[in-house]
Amino acid sequence: MKNVEQKALQVAEDEVLQAPTSWSCTLRFMVVMAVLLGLVYPLITTAVGGWLFPEQAGGSMIRDSSGRVIGSNLVAQIFVSDGYFIGRPSAAGNDAGSVSGSNLAPSNGALRERAETDAQAIAQREGVSVDQIPIDLITASGSGIDPHISPEAARLQVTRVAQARQIDEASVTALLDPALDNVGWLGSPVINVLRLNASLDERYPVTPGADSAAGTGDIPLNTVE
Amino acid sequence: MNDMIAIYALVALLSAPLGLYIGRALGSKRTRVDALFGIIERPIYHLAGISCHQSMTWRVYALAILKLHVGLILLAWLVFMFQGVLPLNPDGVTGMSWDTALHTAVSFATNTNQQHYSGQAQLSHLSQTLAIVTLQFLTPATGLAVLVAIARTLLATRSANVVKGVGNYYQDLTRSVIRVLLPLAVIVALLLTWQGVPASYQAAHQIEMLDTQVEEVQSIPLGPVASMVAIKQLGTNGGGWYGPNSSVPLENPTSLANVIETASLTLIPVALLFAIALISGRRRLMLGVGAVMVAFSLVSTSVVVYSERMPNVALTELSLPGANLEGKELRFGTDLSALWGSWTTQTSNGSVNAMHDSFNPMGGMMLLMDMFVNVTFGGVGVGLIGFFLYLMLAAFVGSLMVGRAPELFGKPLETREMRWISLAILAQPLIILGLSALTVAMPQTAQNSNPGFHGLSQVLYEFTSAFANNGSGFEGLSDGTPWWNLACVVALLIGRFLPMLVPLAVAGWLAGKRTAPAGRGTLPMDSLAFMGLTAGVIVIVNLLGFLPALVLGPIAEAVVQGF
Repeated sequence: MKNVEQKALQVAEDEVLQAPTSWSCTLRFMVVMAVLLGLVYPLITTAVGGWLFPEQAGGSMIRDSSGRVIGSNLVAQIFVSDGYFIGRPSAAGNDAGSVSGSNLAPSNGALRERAETDAQAIAQREGVSVDQIPIDLITASGSGIDPHISPEAARLQVTRVAQARQIDEASVTALLDPALDNVGWLGSPVINVLRLNASLDERYPVTPGADSAAGTGDIPLNTVE
Repeated sequence: MNDMIAIYALVALLSAPLGLYIGRALGSKRTRVDALFGIIERPIYHLAGISCHQSMTWRVYALAILKLHVGLILLAWLVFMFQGVLPLNPDGVTGMSWDTALHTAVSFATNTNQQHYSGQAQLSHLSQTLAIVTLQFLTPATGLAVLVAIARTLLATRSANVVKGVGNYYQDLTRSVIRVLLPLAVIVALLLTWQGVPASYQAAHQIEMLDTQVEEVQSIPLGPVASMVAIKQLGTNGGGWYGPNSSVPLENPTSLANVIETASLTLIPVALLFAIALISGRRRLMLGVGAVMVAFSLVSTSVVVYSERMPNVALTELSLPGANLEGKELRFGTDLSALWGSWTTQTSNGSVNAMHDSFNPMGGMMLLMDMFVNVTFGGVGVGLIGFFLYLMLAAFVGSLMVGRAPELFGKPLETREMRWISLAILAQPLIILGLSALTVAMPQTAQNSNPGFHGLSQVLYEFTSAFANNGSGFEGLSDGTPWWNLACVVALLIGRFLPMLVPLAVAGWLAGKRTAPAGRGTLPMDSLAFMGLTAGVIVIVNLLGFLPALVLGPIAEAVVQGF
């Protein structure tokens, strides 16, 4: 109430502050605000968010059937073996610690060189001509850890994956739908590569030695550790 | 398409009620929320030992802003340099070099958030919160405070008499933070956590890849990311937790998260049109301003969306035909990346969900032009302040065209005002083009990742982004060098404080003058003709300044490519 009275008094006198705020008040104000906004606010929202949505708050990690963390639903991994679907090219080696796009302009010769190399490798690997490759497989994503490929890009790889795992193509195709993201009202459906490959390992593990280029699911991973 | 509709609908539906709320919460009249927020605000004033009720002259107001920012820059600078030995550093990040730390501190203290580092690897959790999140709240709040101060003096309709004070900075600032930014940020932070943005103080996960043929170990850095991303989007800040910003799935995980983050980009800048209409009572004027902004925005967004639907020429016949997906995330596609890109450059935000460096030349050029104009909604507060600066120039030009002594809202515009207004407007091409010319004259300093015309575009974009307090970049530039850091600091400081404080000063000067009664020859500022004139002034001033540079950069690039 006292403040209100003061205010009324000041307005009546048309009194205007002519002297600058002192440094000590400025710095005290800064410290109060820094503690409130830079420490209390993140702590509270992080605590409440982590309590309401523990899975998401911790990085949306995916576990296999034995409960071992195999990666994040939101971070692409590198796949080179024939028994796995491959994701989009990454300018960052798919490491979320050094995320990056290629930052190559359309006019940059290096972009065409990289895309040509990628396209030829994919064409050879999948046994198709380059003009059948969906564009997402030869363009680097913005983050370098885009976890998705288009459904077309996945279908292109079904034959090769099925052969490497010595199963029929229909069994592989059946795993595509559960790996779809963006299936709701928003966005257009895309395939989550890590989830797809993890489900392949769960269902159709490659026995060691059966295919030289393909690794198996859980067992060797544990021995690597 | 659904995403587009959802984003536009969210902004359209929420901006009016939010704007009216902001107008009431920050206006001079007492409101019901005073008691509620007073619980937090009174202890702040008390602890700081600050009287919040006395109105300040514009000089005291401006000085209070500058003093606080000197303190904030020093605080952030020290935190960045010594983060290695400070707490909340689970990943063992080391201190930043003095020049990158200085650039980062100034960049965040000017609401720019230009980043010459990659946050997830080079900043501790303490730096990301205590230094960065604090600035991400206080800088948009400062813009908001100055805007309100200008609205209550320059635009005030009732006071024909002389007004001395423009308001109290600490009260305007605190109210902007506590009543507007903080509640919105809490809501958005929780929504984003729900969608998958990390909220944790843990160290990074270290993951063995599923494919045993791959030897590398993948690190997945976490942190209190959601709380930062919320205010990054709402406060036209733009500096992300992870280097490539909201293109990173951890920072922008799903289509719904993208809708929320994109709508948050423009929500407050659009809402401020309603807030200022309420505070000043000049509804027709703000309607006109809004119409110009919407027109600029739709033109820019359409061009960028069209440009990115076109194929990338580097990829011709290497795949099935498709839009330009280089540097873009598949879950968003090109339209939503283009929408974000154009909005983020219009609103001086600077966050990205795709790499602008890899946009097609016409798209990239439109982003540059958005930043030259910088008042298509613009940054929180400063967008409208910048628009008022152009309005002042248009009033001057318009008055002379009809043969009247120049005036603004009935107050005479004289030599002192026009000298400073011209300086604030001309500083932009001078600084951007001057520093760009210096940099390309010393090729060893430029560090471009792209050759030819696009190399020039990269340099131009960096300084434009710094001066416009945008913060996005053609990120191929290796810009963590002393030259880039220090040259950008100059552009950042002048680009922030000159166009913000000159209109405040003009408002203060004009408030001390008597209002002339409107006569037959008076140029009505809320007329269609005057808004057309203002739009024309904005376009002409920017084309005069920057067309030659655009011809050498993106236009040459586009012509060589064939579109």
